[in-house]
Formats: sequence, C-alpha cells, structure tokens
Amino acid sequence: MTDLTDLGVKAIRDGVAAGTFSAREVAEAFNANVAAAQDALNAFIVATPEKALEAADAVDAARAKGETLGKMAGVPIGMKDLFATQGVQTTAASHILEGFTPEYESTVSANLWKAGAGMLGKLNLDQFAMGSSNETSYFGNVISPWRKQGSNAALAPGGSSGGSSAAVAARLCPAATGTDTGGSIRQPAAFTGITGIKPTYGRCSRWGIVAFASSLDQAGPMARDVTDCAIMLESMAGFDPKDSTSLDLTVPEWTDGLDPDMSGRRVGIPKEYRMEGTDSDILESWDNGIAWLRDAGAEIVEVSLPHTKYALPAYYIVAPAEASSNLARYDGVRYGLRDLPDGANLQEMYAATRAAGFGDEVKRRIMIGTYVLSAGFYDAYYNQAQRVRTLISQDFKAAFEHCDVILAPTTPTASFPLGENSDDPLAMYLNDVFAVPASLAGLPAMSVPAGLNKDGLPLGLQLIGKAFDEQGVLNAGLAIEQRAGFTARPEKWW
Amino acid sequence: MSSYRIQGVTGEWEVVIGLEVHAQVTSNAKLFSGASTEFGAEPNAQVSLVDAAMPGMLPVPNRECIRQAVRTGMAIEAQINKWSRFDRKNYFYADLPQGYQISQLYHPLVGEGSLLIEADEKAGIPEDKRIGIERIHVEQDAGKLMHDQHPTMSYVDLNRSGVALMEIVSKPDMRSPAEAGAYVRKLRSILRYVGSCDGNMEQGSMRADVNVSVRKPGEEFGTRTETKNVNSVRFVMAVIEQEARRQVDLIEDGGKVVQETRLYDPDRNETRSMRSKEDAHDYRYFPDPDLLPLELDDDFLVQCRESLPELPDAKKRRYVEELGLSEYNATQLTAEVEGFRRFEDVLSATASALGKGEKDVATQVANWTLSVAPGVLNALGDEAKVENNTAAASAAILKMQDAGEISGGQAKEIYEIVLKTGREPAEIAETEGLKQLSDTGAIESVIDEVLANNADKVEEYRGGKDKLFGFFVGQTMKALQGKGNPAVVNQILKDKLG
Repeated sequence: MTDLTDLGVKAIRDGVAAGTFSAREVAEAFNANVAAAQDALNAFIVATPEKALEAADAVDAARAKGETLGKMAGVPIGMKDLFATQGVQTTAASHILEGFTPEYESTVSANLWKAGAGMLGKLNLDQFAMGSSNETSYFGNVISPWRKQGSNAALAPGGSSGGSSAAVAARLCPAATGTDTGGSIRQPAAFTGITGIKPTYGRCSRWGIVAFASSLDQAGPMARDVTDCAIMLESMAGFDPKDSTSLDLTVPEWTDGLDPDMSGRRVGIPKEYRMEGTDSDILESWDNGIAWLRDAGAEIVEVSLPHTKYALPAYYIVAPAEASSNLARYDGVRYGLRDLPDGANLQEMYAATRAAGFGDEVKRRIMIGTYVLSAGFYDAYYNQAQRVRTLISQDFKAAFEHCDVILAPTTPTASFPLGENSDDPLAMYLNDVFAVPASLAGLPAMSVPAGLNKDGLPLGLQLIGKAFDEQGVLNAGLAIEQRAGFTARPEKWW
Repeated sequence: MSSYRIQGVTGEWEVVIGLEVHAQVTSNAKLFSGASTEFGAEPNAQVSLVDAAMPGMLPVPNRECIRQAVRTGMAIEAQINKWSRFDRKNYFYADLPQGYQISQLYHPLVGEGSLLIEADEKAGIPEDKRIGIERIHVEQDAGKLMHDQHPTMSYVDLNRSGVALMEIVSKPDMRSPAEAGAYVRKLRSILRYVGSCDGNMEQGSMRADVNVSVRKPGEEFGTRTETKNVNSVRFVMAVIEQEARRQVDLIEDGGKVVQETRLYDPDRNETRSMRSKEDAHDYRYFPDPDLLPLELDDDFLVQCRESLPELPDAKKRRYVEELGLSEYNATQLTAEVEGFRRFEDVLSATASALGKGEKDVATQVANWTLSVAPGVLNALGDEAKVENNTAAASAAILKMQDAGEISGGQAKEIYEIVLKTGREPAEIAETEGLKQLSDTGAIESVIDEVLANNADKVEEYRGGKDKLFGFFVGQTMKALQGKGNPAVVNQILKDKLG
C-alpha cells in the first residue's frame, strides 16, 4: 500500500470518497508525521491531532450515510497561525499573542472546515508574517526539510509562510494555508519545491486573519501541485460581507477549468526582471519556463514593467505604514501579553508590554511605518509610495494589453542558510523583489516548482495574471508543471 | 453685526468663535459593527469583536449612519460628496481599542453648508445671521475610562467604542456667546427635525469643542484655544465669556495666547489648560486600508432628500405666511420638534372639531399651546398624566371656548381636570358646572339688580365717568359667580346704561 502521506489533496479526497482508505487513516498518518518531525523542523506552533481526527471521523460518517462530501472532504491540512481558530491558540508567532485563544473562526478556515478539511495544527511563521526566512518567529526558526548536497546546514524554508512550506514539502500535511503580503506564499513555495498561489486581492476574506498590511494581505493555498491548489482555493475563496474589501464575485470552478494547452495565449516576459545579482541557475530556469510554455503552444512576448525597481521601496513604505497602525491594538489592555512594572502608568505599561511582546523585525517595521506616516514625512514617503503603487498597477495594465500572463522567477536565489541574512534586513528584503510588484497591484500570482539548482535545491517560477484571472495563472502553471516533471523531494533526515 | 465687545484697558476687543459639534448619530448599531448603541447599558454589554479590536476583526460601514449624516448635510444645505474616504487617526489610549479612530480627515462626507440664527434683540443678536459650516464628517466614538471603581486601577467601558458621531465643524463666524448659543440650539433643532441625532447633551449625544480667539475689531484673527467636550448650551456660552476674558487679560498684561487644548470646569466656571500644541499628538492620519472609498449613487441621494421633513426655517415661514401667525409665535412653535408636533396635532384636531380651516383657528391654537396649556401643565407638575394630554381633549376645550360656552378661566380649569383624570372636557364642563351663563334673561335680571344697588354710580357714569363700566362688569360677574359670558354681559350692560 502506498504511504498515505505521499498523497496530495485530490488523491486523498478521491480515495476517501471511493472508500480506498478512510479519512481517519489519512489523519492518523499525517498526525504521526507531524509528531515525528516537530523537534527537527519546528513547523508547527501547536499540533491539533484531535481536531484532524474529529474532522476525519465526521467525513467518514457522512460518507457512510451516503451524504454528498465537500471539496476538501477527508483532507487534513495545516493552518498558518495567522488565522484565528476558535478554541485553538492563535499567536501570529508572537509573544504578545502567546496564549491568545479566539472565540471566533476566520472566514477562510471556516470555509475549509465546511468543505470537509480537518486541522493538523497551527503552523509556524515569521512573527506577524514579517520576514522571508522564518527566523522572526517567537517560537523558533522553522527548518527547511531540504539540504544542500553535501551539507547539513539548516536552510530557510522561506517566509513568512515557512511553517506551511516546510510542512507540505516534508509530507507533514498534503496542503496548508498561507498568506501573502509581499511574497509570503510564493517565496517559501519556491524555496521548498511546492506550489502556492496568491489569488486576486479580495478573493479570500481577510476576516479573522491577524492583519499585517491590510491593503496587501491575501490568503491562498500551498500544496504539492497546481490541481491541489485549485481545489483548495475554491474552498477558501468567496465573498464575505464582513470584509469591506472582499470581492463580491462568484468563485469560479477553477479545477474544472484547468487546461494546460497554451495555444493562442501570449506569455509576457518582463525585461526589467533580468536584474543584476540574479543567480545564473534562476535565469536558466526562467529560460526553461519560457521553452516549456512555448512548447505548450504559447506565444512568448517581451513586455515592459518600467517601474519595477521602485516596487520594493514602495512596498517597504506602504506595508510598514499599515502595520504600524494595525499592530497598535496589541497594547496589553484587553488581551494578550501585559507587562505592568510596579507603579507603571498607562504609557509605561504600553512601552513595557510592546517592548517585551514584539520581536526585533516587528519593532523595526512599526518604527519605519510610524516614521513614514508622521507629520512632515507623510507626503514624501507614504503619498509618494502610493503614487508608485498606482504606476505599478498601470505598468501591469499596459503589459496585459500585449500578453495574457506574465512569467518571471519567484525569487532571485534559492534557499539560503539560516542566519545568513538575519543581520542585514535589506538583503533579506531583496528576496521579495520579484514577488512584491504583483502584491502592490493586487494581482493573482503563483509559484510552481521548476527544477533544482546546482546544489540540489528547488527553484520556483512565478506566473502573474490579470486581476480575477486565477484560471489563466493556474493553466500556465499546469503547463509548466507537466513539462518540468518536478518529482524531487527532500531526503528524509528528520 | 454683533455689538458684543469685551472692555479691556487698551480698548474694546471682539471675540471670534468657531464650534466643532460632535453629534451621536441616531442608529441602532455602531458605525462599523452591529453592536447596540442604547444609552445606559451595563459596562461592556454592547461590545462586539470589532469594537474590542480583537485580532483580525474588520470594520464594515453601517449604511444607516451614512444615510443620517447625508440627510443632516442636506438639512444645512451643504454640498454632499459622492466620493469620500475614511482615514485612521492614530494614538494610544486605553479607551481606544484599535489604537486609532476611524474618521475622515482628507475627504469628508459633507462639504460646505450653513444655518441661520435668528435675530434676538434681547440676547444681543440684532438681525438674522447665517453661520457657515465648513464640513461634516463621520467618525467613531471612543470608550470610557472609569477611575472610581478601584483604588489603584482604572476600568474601561467600551459600550461607546465605535458609536457613530457626526463632527459638524462651523466656520469662525460667531462673534458673541449669544450667537454661539443660538447656533448650538438651532443645530440641535435641525438634528432633531431630521432625526439624525437626539441632541441630548446631558447624555453626551451632543457635545461641542469651542474655539475662541480675540482681536481688536477689524484686525487679523488672534491665536485660538480649543475647549473640549462642553456639554450644554449654557456652558458653551460660559466658556466663551471666560476664555475671551482670560485671553484679553493675558494679552493686555503683555502675555501671548498659546494654541492649546483646554478643559472647562463648570463648578469653578473656568477653563484650564489640558495640553499645548507642542505636546500635541502626531496622529499620523492615513487612509484606512480596511475600507474602500465611500461612493454614493444618485438613487441613494434622492432617497435621502425625499425623506427629509419640513425644516425649521421653512416651517416658520409657512406658519407666518399661510397660517397668519405672528413672527414671535412662529419662532417659538418651530424651535423644537416637540413644540411644532404638539401644535400641529392640536391645530388639526381643533380645525376639524370646529369645521373650520386651520388658518382660522391657528392663532387661537398657538396661544393655547404656547402659553395657556404649558401654564396649567407646569402648575400641576407630577399630577398631570401625559397620556391624558391628547390633542382631541385640547380641541374639545377650544371648541367650547370658541362657541362661548366656557370662559378662558373655565377652559384652564377643565384642562386641569382632564390632565389629572382623563375625563371628557364636555362632560367635565357639564358635571362640574364649568359653563358660562349666556342666557340673556338671567343675566339681564342680575344686571338690573346691580344697577339698582348702585344707582349713585350709574349717575356718575351717565355723567361722563366712563371708567365705571368696568366696575359694573365686575359686579355683574361677581353676582354670576364668574360664569357669565363676558360678551353677553358687556352687551347688555352697554344697552342698559345707554
């Protein structure tokens, strides 16, 4: 019998529906993997094996009664610990929310449970989703299951959804939720050889997701392949009246629409993404991607996104500005950590609580954000960044007059050893240079595995689509997936 | 032009006043959450996850609050901005769960408008004056700290957190405490007419930030101070008097007014510095990324406009022009919602009881509702039962009076019994003997007797002492125990005395 933990979303769902195996067997198998890998990978902040079993039993019972099963029925998943889960600690990987147990369930996670998924646990992440290597979590680094050939050095699983990427790559779960503010789904997916899609801004409700930067935050699935992502995204997405920025659109049947034939489709190659300092391995994989899509029938066209070089600086103004305000609610007054030194007044309580409760990277971004919004600097920074954002959106709009989907690398490098960039925030921020423009424009974007580099580490290719055209992104991703033949997986050392 | 001046040692000073009125929007739910807004609930009984700013919670605008603010804007003839936006005002305080207040700095919902304050000679407002309104924006209220619940700690009540407020910002167009008082009263009246705010200042549904500066007449504006959260018309006027006096004394003593926030202490009738501009917060306003811009369509605006009632100025004009009321009565009747509602109810009931047009009974009803009825009501105090005070009862009394069946004094007595007992006015008049005597024969015989008993006075009268007519009326009414119909008594007396 095949190892159940080698199966993805579709295979598990179909197997459960067909009676090949029970949902409980699946949940038990993944629960075992989660427990066995925890010490080595630290992918989960909290494991919830009982939740996984409970959901599995419900699916098995529903199947026995002949009821119609949901799209994710019998599939246990990992939940990034940025989603509020009722009765289960929700921390955003921070000390300030350690022990916080919401009385409510985020819309996205509730949608997934309704579709029959079960929860294996809450996945580790960069603190408040701020980071690109999962080194900012209060609950410790997540270790990538991948290793360079001939080295045992711990590698970054990417961030901020590093627990999600590590867990999916290491077969601790067939799929996981992620959130992407400036690449937090795509970059970790690329680092770990899995697939992840950030849908159009507004597709997935933000209600119940601990906010980082409201105008950029977007939830999405991370899984083994394109089909699994399509299935899971269908379950996550949908209009939510509780989120004013939610898209009031019907969720398309993306899985039914999957089609790798790219005939008649034009794929744009943005010339500004050929940046200095990009790995030759990355450039090579990009060329492979071009060849694969051409092979799938696409016409390849060069496009220009002239304001690309301003995207990262603009992002590092807008996102911290919003974060500095979004994180003001963590003040020790109503919930979470309170540090009240003897005789402290209110201001002193705030200072002590936030000093103890936030990590360095979070503090850095709060300070940047506070600075760029302050009187006298607001126009020069925040307003200027918003203008850049508009220009970036216009760049994409103009480019999409000449193409249907854009192909680019996901990241400028493959995964790096933990600690390599932790003293140099700017070097760390550069990881998101290819991911950030689509975030600023609110466009759907996906990373699919494209092969391994010379060191045996996975590389990802990014597909960026027009607003609301997740289907075009998924289809191009599928075309690459079928040609890349990416079957590599980390050798189990944990 | 207001002649209000402050006398200083260096001459006369003029005071310049602008008001920012915070009015709580009448709505069952808060601005961005579904929590209730009722006054007086147990602390923290009306707090949703959004109001408490739990992680991941998001604001969703309450359309009713927007509608009420738009209607208010229309009532002050203001420009309504079809595109507006919410901004975050960032600061830390324990009564502000989000760490920011959602407000509108850059693109308010309502632009420029104005309202009319009326001439009031006695108060020192010689003529009607239009006061400019800069803008109205909507924003969230904060919660409340309670310092008296625990010896060393403060408690937080978030019931008010997130309640919708309209901030109505006037231009610096007022020049005396009286004008400011009239402005607040007029604004409150409009809000109540529109139904967008109950205007209840004691419960905090309406409060004012009072901006005051002084200058020599004709010179540039001086530096202003802002006295926060003043919660009655009387206090608004007191703040202006105190603050203007303080500023004049300060300047004349060689000091300088500093731009600062002040607080009013009603017990000592003085303002105190709260914080100066130097330690003012940097609020780091920026557009709220959780909310889309607020875009209003034409249908919505049409609905808002059509739902507006007749407003005080229009109503007053109609009372004067169509009902023939005096300016004074029309002003009094239209000043408050309760006043015109009562008047219009009694007016329509009386007109139909008498089978006359409203115009024909308007003055009679105005006198009744403005002076007679309130006099009786006030004298009765708690003995008067509100439910007995029906328009039908007043109409029935006015009808009997109109027909000469009862006198003015009897009308009051009957009304008093109505208020206490709820009995029918006609039945009261009958049973309690509260009817005028109009029987000519009976009155004639009484008059004959009075004239016979006072033959000397009759002589004097006929000799030219006209003033004595009143004496004969008095004697006759006394003999009739006050129940004689004065018109009939007068007529017969005139006839008899020749």
